[in-house]
Amino acid sequence: MSGGKWVGQSVKRLEDRRLLTGRGGFIANVEIANLHHAAILRSPHAHADIRRLDVSAALAMAGVIAVLTGEDVRQRSDPFMNITGPVPYWSCAVGTAHFVGEPVAVVVARDRYLAEDALDAIEVDYEPLPAVVDQEAALAPNAPILHDNLGTNLAVRRRFSFGDVDRAFAEADLVVRERYRFPRYSHFPMETYGILASWDAASGLLTVRANFQGPFIIHTVMARALRLRQNRVRVIVPGDIGGGFGLKSSMYPYMVLLALAAMKAGVPVKWIEDRREALTASSSHADRVTYMEAAVRKDGTVLALRTRNIDNVGAYIRTPEPADLFARFSAMTGAYRIRDVALDLSAAMTNTSLTGPVRGYGGHPLYFALERTMDTIAARLGMDPAELRFRNFIGAGEFPYTTATGGEYDSGNYPECLRRLLALARYDELRARQRAARAEGRLFGIGLATIVDPCVTNIGYITLAKSPEERTQRRAMSGSGDVGTVRVDPSGDVVVLATSVPQGQGHETIIAQIVADELGVPIERITVHAEVDTLASVWSITTGSYSSRFSSVGSSAYAMAARQVRAKAVKIAAHVLEVAEEDVEWKDGAAVVRGAPHTALALRAIAGIAHWNQTSLPAGMEPNLQATYAFNLPTSRPPLDDDRANTQNVYGFGAELAVVEVDRASGVVRVLEYYTVHDCGTVLNPAHVRGQVQGAAVQGISGALWEQMRWDESGQYLTASLQDYLMPTAMEAPDIGMDHVETPSPNTVLGSKGIGEASSMAAPVTVANAVADALAPLGIPVTSLPLWPDTVWRMLKEAQGP
Amino acid sequence: MDTCLVRMRVNGRPVEREVPARKLLSDFLREDAGALGVNVGCEQGVCGSCTVLVDGVPARACLAFAVQVDGAEIRTVEGLTTDGSLHPLQQAFHDHHALQCGFCTPGMIITAYDFLARHPRPSIAEIREALSGNLCRCTGYQQIVEAVQDAARLGAVPEGGER
Repeated sequence: MSGGKWVGQSVKRLEDRRLLTGRGGFIANVEIANLHHAAILRSPHAHADIRRLDVSAALAMAGVIAVLTGEDVRQRSDPFMNITGPVPYWSCAVGTAHFVGEPVAVVVARDRYLAEDALDAIEVDYEPLPAVVDQEAALAPNAPILHDNLGTNLAVRRRFSFGDVDRAFAEADLVVRERYRFPRYSHFPMETYGILASWDAASGLLTVRANFQGPFIIHTVMARALRLRQNRVRVIVPGDIGGGFGLKSSMYPYMVLLALAAMKAGVPVKWIEDRREALTASSSHADRVTYMEAAVRKDGTVLALRTRNIDNVGAYIRTPEPADLFARFSAMTGAYRIRDVALDLSAAMTNTSLTGPVRGYGGHPLYFALERTMDTIAARLGMDPAELRFRNFIGAGEFPYTTATGGEYDSGNYPECLRRLLALARYDELRARQRAARAEGRLFGIGLATIVDPCVTNIGYITLAKSPEERTQRRAMSGSGDVGTVRVDPSGDVVVLATSVPQGQGHETIIAQIVADELGVPIERITVHAEVDTLASVWSITTGSYSSRFSSVGSSAYAMAARQVRAKAVKIAAHVLEVAEEDVEWKDGAAVVRGAPHTALALRAIAGIAHWNQTSLPAGMEPNLQATYAFNLPTSRPPLDDDRANTQNVYGFGAELAVVEVDRASGVVRVLEYYTVHDCGTVLNPAHVRGQVQGAAVQGISGALWEQMRWDESGQYLTASLQDYLMPTAMEAPDIGMDHVETPSPNTVLGSKGIGEASSMAAPVTVANAVADALAPLGIPVTSLPLWPDTVWRMLKEAQGP
Repeated sequence: MDTCLVRMRVNGRPVEREVPARKLLSDFLREDAGALGVNVGCEQGVCGSCTVLVDGVPARACLAFAVQVDGAEIRTVEGLTTDGSLHPLQQAFHDHHALQCGFCTPGMIITAYDFLARHPRPSIAEIREALSGNLCRCTGYQQIVEAVQDAARLGAVPEGGER
């Protein structure tokens, strides 16, 4: 533990100055010589064969250099690899378009205006085909098949059983069953995708600059699709990314598409996605249908769960999907002591845009079903929903706790978090207010959710998509490592190379705090460089910004690298001062001889020796003063033969409470109050934690009440503009009341866990539970989102009868 | 493509260019005037990221053609201070952790600047309404509202704005 001067303080962000003054290094601001611009022609059909594509008129237009077509893509690249099988997914429609907005051709021109002009001149003859947009419809007999080579729209199905589920259901006093639907909404970072691709044909080197949360596995997938060796694909990620929330960690097909366009055109190409393209065709989380059954004893003990999840992953299954099904596998039983679980998990393809990672990946729909089920159980037993949770929580003394599905929860104190939440929200008063409101006929609701926040993906989890027999055919994937490099320059100042790919999380500040503490130097003597360059940075297959990795493995790697630098500095000082190494301690940025405080060498002097006086170093020591440390967690093991798996490495917790009122006349849901209590282990910077939680909570509340991506039955996309896609503004966003419990993780160097995803997973169901509670006097069930005014109004109408 | 001569002052500097009539003001400011703090977030005039002051009035740069503001005085976030220091309003954003990715921040600051110049003592409800034309995905708005509230308390923007 670092009881430091900087870690744990609300240090103001080092990133702010450039961003506040309009000098952020965003991808749109990057220019290189001879840059041309791309525009993408997209399919207007949800499902159609491309009979003919004529680009001659477009090529004849002023300023147009080249047009890339599906045929070029087929000839010059391979379909993207994925874990489930031969889904023919390229960066562009090849022969057949499978969703509205799928790229069909790319124009490269002198500027974006001319490129867009040329799109209109491309002639395409489409042969429309029947489409299907709902996952259950897609799996029904006689559904239109998207990919003939598969003969089915089922991308993957895996069934699991842990414990004795049938016996638990036979012994239950009560069984609760329900079907839930969790919708799709967009990550909607304020900055869209952006790419600059340049191909150096002479040396066979591809350079792609992109606001991409990688490199991790996607770099490998991308290089393979392009038929290039990985070390000939240079991906450069700028130091400033305008938000990501997982969107920019999907397999980012445009990196390949624009690379092919640059190769064909023979000029560097830039493409900045517009918002319409982003809403129509980039990525979102999969929408899910869940059938959940819970076996319960009459004292409220939940004995067992049977869960069937059917994800809609869109027109193709794109790496890392079907990870959505398995991303929270460890935590399928949430925060509760449920030992018997049966899971039936499938992913279906439909004529909709593709899915991928999102802040809270797989967590929103999991907790939507689980926490709605908990509230239903409480209602059926006439028990307070908080009391039901206290009865089922894993106890504070039971950590580390292994879940039925193989998750290894490292630390926590769930009852304490819920107690603090109830105190923060003044729960008893709220219930009294509710009684008074109900007496007046008002629809006033209080909703709770308590969720485990699994952080730091173990890459082995994706192999759960395969059976244990299939898994044994290769060495099993495992790991979650991250790399940090700390350098002391010849003048004694510090440079840290960050490969954590921040998009607003303030990594530069946190890293500087950690390194300042470890080396005992003032924070202003540290420069953190957060630009990633796959040819210049040290990285691994797990390097990137996803799964709340930074505050756990990232923080650990930087702390360890700084400690290695410190150890080397002590060695040098001992040698130069001619004392034994064990007689030297590190204090306030200097090596001090114990018992002789005036005999000391400051970091600056030691760095000077390491760089300028290389022969003064101890025999055999390498000159220079730097360290690169790759930190992995030993808990990242591959799934076991019985399919139990620790899919993440550290497990945070969140307890949330919403207070809502539903207007009987209009169906409008107003969030009156919102509270949250978290446990993310050691808090590295309270201001950052607060900011992450507030942003995540508003995103989740918005998913419950306002945002939804929608397609009509023919697969036309309906929500491509901000008039149709409702984003929360400062008017709707509630203030978030907050408190924290700290149970440090034994798995990370500083004891910290992730914080960015918990509320985005918890908030949708917290709001849903509050609305269900508000509607309880009318007996109206809440089983799907979003709870738009017209939806709620219809529910109210139906309950009142004709 | 018809071109026209467009002249304007951007953050006090004259800019004169022959540009296509259809060139958006947002593109003109970024490409011809070097104001890269004008971030384009939606091109639909809704998200507010590209908000600039045109003759002292906030406008969406993505919804105007450069030629429409010929002769205008434009102020972008780069023009709040000229010596690399932070304007008191920017300082308030910094002090209150009112930005994360920073993409919406320039538009948010320009909007808040104009609002405070006209409403030196706003209520929280007024602040929230004033900022409701600027989307932010990272912060949940709370700390932005707190920053503007604090900026008002400190008189970060003089009534009527700075000349």
